[in-house]
Amino acid sequence: MKEYIRKYKNWLMLSIFVAATIIALVPLFGVLGYVLKNGLGALNIQFFTNLPKAMGLSGGGMANAIVGTLIMVLIASLIGIPVGILAGIYLTEYDRHSWFSTAVRFATDVLTGIPSIIVGIVIYTAVVLKMGNFSALAGGLALAIIMIPLIIRSTEEMLKLVSHSIREAGYALGISKGKTILKIVLPTAAKGIITGAMLAIARVSGETAPLLFTALGNQYWARSLNEPIASLPVQIFQYATSPYKEWHQLAWAGSLVLILMIIIINLAARFAFRSRHS
Amino acid sequence: MGQTLSVRKLEAWYGPNKTLKGINMEIEANHVTAIIGPSGCGKSTFVRCINRMHETLPGTKVIGEIILDGESIYDQDPVALRKTVGMVFQKPNPFPSMSIFENVVAGVRLNGQRNKQNLQAIAERSLRMAALWDEVKDRLNYSGISLSGGQQQRLCIARALAVEPAVLLMDEPASALDPIATTHIEELIRQLRDNYTILIVTHNMQQAARIADSTAFFLNGELVEHGATSEIFTNPKDKRTEDYITGRFG
Ligand SMILES: Nc1ncnc2c1ncn2[C@@H]1O[C@H](COP(=O)(O)OP(=O)(O)OP(=O)(O)O)[C@@H](O)[C@H]1O
Ligand SMILES: [Mg+2]
Repeated sequence: MKEYIRKYKNWLMLSIFVAATIIALVPLFGVLGYVLKNGLGALNIQFFTNLPKAMGLSGGGMANAIVGTLIMVLIASLIGIPVGILAGIYLTEYDRHSWFSTAVRFATDVLTGIPSIIVGIVIYTAVVLKMGNFSALAGGLALAIIMIPLIIRSTEEMLKLVSHSIREAGYALGISKGKTILKIVLPTAAKGIITGAMLAIARVSGETAPLLFTALGNQYWARSLNEPIASLPVQIFQYATSPYKEWHQLAWAGSLVLILMIIIINLAARFAFRSRHS
Repeated sequence: MGQTLSVRKLEAWYGPNKTLKGINMEIEANHVTAIIGPSGCGKSTFVRCINRMHETLPGTKVIGEIILDGESIYDQDPVALRKTVGMVFQKPNPFPSMSIFENVVAGVRLNGQRNKQNLQAIAERSLRMAALWDEVKDRLNYSGISLSGGQQQRLCIARALAVEPAVLLMDEPASALDPIATTHIEELIRQLRDNYTILIVTHNMQQAARIADSTAFFLNGELVEHGATSEIFTNPKDKRTEDYITGRFG
């Protein structure tokens, strides 16, 4: 009898877990499926090669938005990855316990949780208004600010995973602290740090809000980094909220491309760094 | 060649806790000196003072003198000192990102030795000394952590020897190993004895009896007794040493 009750309880628990998992998966696959269904039809070569066309005309594409997103993510990475990794190294290796590093760590946590639109407003006020125009630089900077705390945190976590005994082994061989960090600790944590950076890239490449009033958007090619530039998320937003059916189609195609980009970056982050030794 | 160490009135602190309470000890060159004593008596702390590793922890303090080959270690650059005073830790800790070869030559390579042939020669010599060469010579570029625990520990010994220290500190180097690996390490220590000053912490009294020329008994941060191993084990002068050795406490 007792055993029967126990089995029944087990079965009940298991069904609850399974049910929760299914509830979590349905929207996930729902989103993917919906975007696939609507986006695949509109996806063609012209989407990747053509500029947007005026409404009513067919054959428009998002070439400028794809390139724009790549450019701004590149700018963000060039700023955010070095700054984030170096700060992460400083906080774990040189200054783990002081009030300063505690304050920085707290600020990073807060910054991670801040809605990204606020970063956009700040850059709008501090950069766009000062320079007098929307630009790829402003957009890239906004994305960098979102990236930095993510990378600081992931770098810190990865460095903390490197056991203290590894550092002591370095010192005990008469290797200086700087070299121990650079040549022993960092390589040990490298895969994790790079993975963290790539996930941060994936995360910002879909950001829309901070680009709305920093990069603005552009129906044509931007001729320099100092003028408004198109991006996939903003273009999707504008097309999806327009009243035109053709543009809705393009928005779906853009969504599909964006999702694929992010999936590819995520996969690369996970699989590119398999162990180098057998 | 080994170098003599003489420790004078050494006190070591962790924050407010005085862990070593004035140690005076002479450590002979080309000798194996064992340190025994109950857990928490300060053996590791003592050994870590000798390569100035103790002071790298935040909140620690050291008072007193340690003279290595006539010169105070506190007058030397700690990074340079650690090339003369090598250390092997309790748990094997090869560098995970490095191959077996890179592990062995890490100390010399990161300190500027770039010549491939020299590095090759250093690696082979050190691995032979650590009695590991035959087991790994065909897979030098496998990861250091692909080895068994006992092999990893010998790899760490080879890595320490590659820097050509005069003093080798070993903090329970065999405590994580099985009896066969332990025998390997003990043989190795006996062979190294002629050319190094070896200081080995051990909980295993048979081990101390097997390999050490002299033995020091620590208790509560003090050096109770230090003498020839045979004397300490058969004819201890201090009652507390006798109690510990006969297993009456600790
Ligand atoms: N990092 C540390 N911070 C504070 N106290 C410490 C630290 N390391 C050791 N101690 C304390 O110092 C004393 C001596 O420790 P130590 O590690 O030298 O002992 P031990 O003789 O090596 O012991 P065992 O045989 O268990 O390795 C202990 O009371 C320990 O609690
Ligand atoms: Mg110890």
